[in-house]
Amino acid sequence: MGAVAETPAVDVRADFPVLTREFEGKRLVYLDSAATSQKPRHVIEAIDRYYSESNANIHRGVYALAREATDLYEGARARVAAFVGADEATTIFAKNATEAINLVAYSWGREHVSAGDEVLITHMEHHSNIVPWQLLCQETGAKLRYLSVSDQGELSLDELEDVLAGGRVKLVAFAHVSNVLGTINPVAEIAARARAAGAVTLVDASQAVPQMPVNVAELGVDFYVWTGHKALGPTGIGVLHGRRELLERMRPFLGGGDMISKVEFETSSWNELPWKFEAGTSPIAEGVGLGAAIDYLADIGMERVRAHERELTAYALERLPEVEGIRVFGPMDAERRGGVVSFAIDGMHPHDIAELCDREAVCIRAGHHCAQPLMRRMGVPATARASFHVYNGREDVDRLVDALRAGRRIFGL
Amino acid sequence: MDALYRDYILEHYKNPRNFGELHPHDLEFHDHNPLCGDELGVHALVEDGKIADLRFHGQGCAISQAAASITSEELIGMPVEEVARLDADWVIDQLGIEISPTRRKCALLMQKVMRGATTGDPSWPE
Repeated sequence: MGAVAETPAVDVRADFPVLTREFEGKRLVYLDSAATSQKPRHVIEAIDRYYSESNANIHRGVYALAREATDLYEGARARVAAFVGADEATTIFAKNATEAINLVAYSWGREHVSAGDEVLITHMEHHSNIVPWQLLCQETGAKLRYLSVSDQGELSLDELEDVLAGGRVKLVAFAHVSNVLGTINPVAEIAARARAAGAVTLVDASQAVPQMPVNVAELGVDFYVWTGHKALGPTGIGVLHGRRELLERMRPFLGGGDMISKVEFETSSWNELPWKFEAGTSPIAEGVGLGAAIDYLADIGMERVRAHERELTAYALERLPEVEGIRVFGPMDAERRGGVVSFAIDGMHPHDIAELCDREAVCIRAGHHCAQPLMRRMGVPATARASFHVYNGREDVDRLVDALRAGRRIFGL
Repeated sequence: MDALYRDYILEHYKNPRNFGELHPHDLEFHDHNPLCGDELGVHALVEDGKIADLRFHGQGCAISQAAASITSEELIGMPVEEVARLDADWVIDQLGIEISPTRRKCALLMQKVMRGATTGDPSWPE
């Protein structure tokens, strides 16, 4: 492990109003950003301003207020697309990452996957990138296969090659960054091998886009999904970036208003991209809020965000082993992992660890993290998990370590 | 002293009573708490309509394991029909601590499994 940097790269805690809260006189330490991030004042104010000054339904209103609302929403789409090196027309807003994955499983999967085909995912997936594929395979008779995860928490490209060589894989779906292990997967390498084998790729980037620079075009993937609320934005909005040729040939996902070109008695024709996949009134305020969130992140600079996450993770990987009986999961090299650290402590169930941290106003998550297959692979029923974002500092990691030690004392360990 | 993690709670967690399996057995049930993945199973012997012996197994937090251990001592010797009717208040009385809403299912998992074993209906105790 490299030396830990002296100071975190970013100091922006003051921008996040909720972080001024105290519980029983103790400053709130929020270490659950992998579940949902906190929101900077800029995002909260952008949403408030939208409702206070610009609210109207978008796309077909002829009056100035509706044009303004449309420009705010579509402007956010343009900036969200540019933020990750994608095109506006192929950047589709969904409810969240889960809905975006279900969109692909439904609209692409049901046309292109059939009995005898294989869908390949990995043992480190969130349930959102497992269950839609289980449903697709149950319906079509295709086979769901898993890539294994090593003891170091990594995937094997050799194993990927072996499975692809069978010639039956239609889709490879995997996380960019694991929400449990923090592992950063080699997305471009996996995508290149999948494409060479004639398979389409879908990447769940819910844990990647919030904390590292991403260029979707350079990664060479077919579908790339993430969610707004983990990227300092509001809940209720997720993003799907898709390859244009695939999106154009796909059937719509949900039917309704806004996604049509013309509706006749028996049939309809579809609106152009991206609106073909956005039925009903859009999450307008949420889109505006997400635009403000990525503006905020872009102002800091995603290289600096990543450096901050890496430094904090390295500091956590250095300090957590000081707690007796602790076992830390995933790669021990902060270069190869995102800002999330899962751990277990002998003689303390993760739920009790999280409860005891709460006594010290330290918020961590405990449970299976919607990754039960991975828990089985790791041989634990659950883990405790601390995750970081730009508003965390080294003193937050210190508070966590102190809380864990206090918890062990209460448990008589 | 900690209000939740009392000495006797931790003592039952570390040294659970009636932990293990029972073969042969008359009643058996396994279930889990979907919120956290905790798993719990029971084996029971029945004689003259009463629980003659009982073992539980599985993994869980201090609250769920202590609840299983503490209540198991009360359940042995109790008529099966009475076991099926025990409610959430009974379980929490047995524990003797205040249970917050977030930990309620931890405390009640054992009784959910006992309902499953005795009636076939593993609904959460109210």
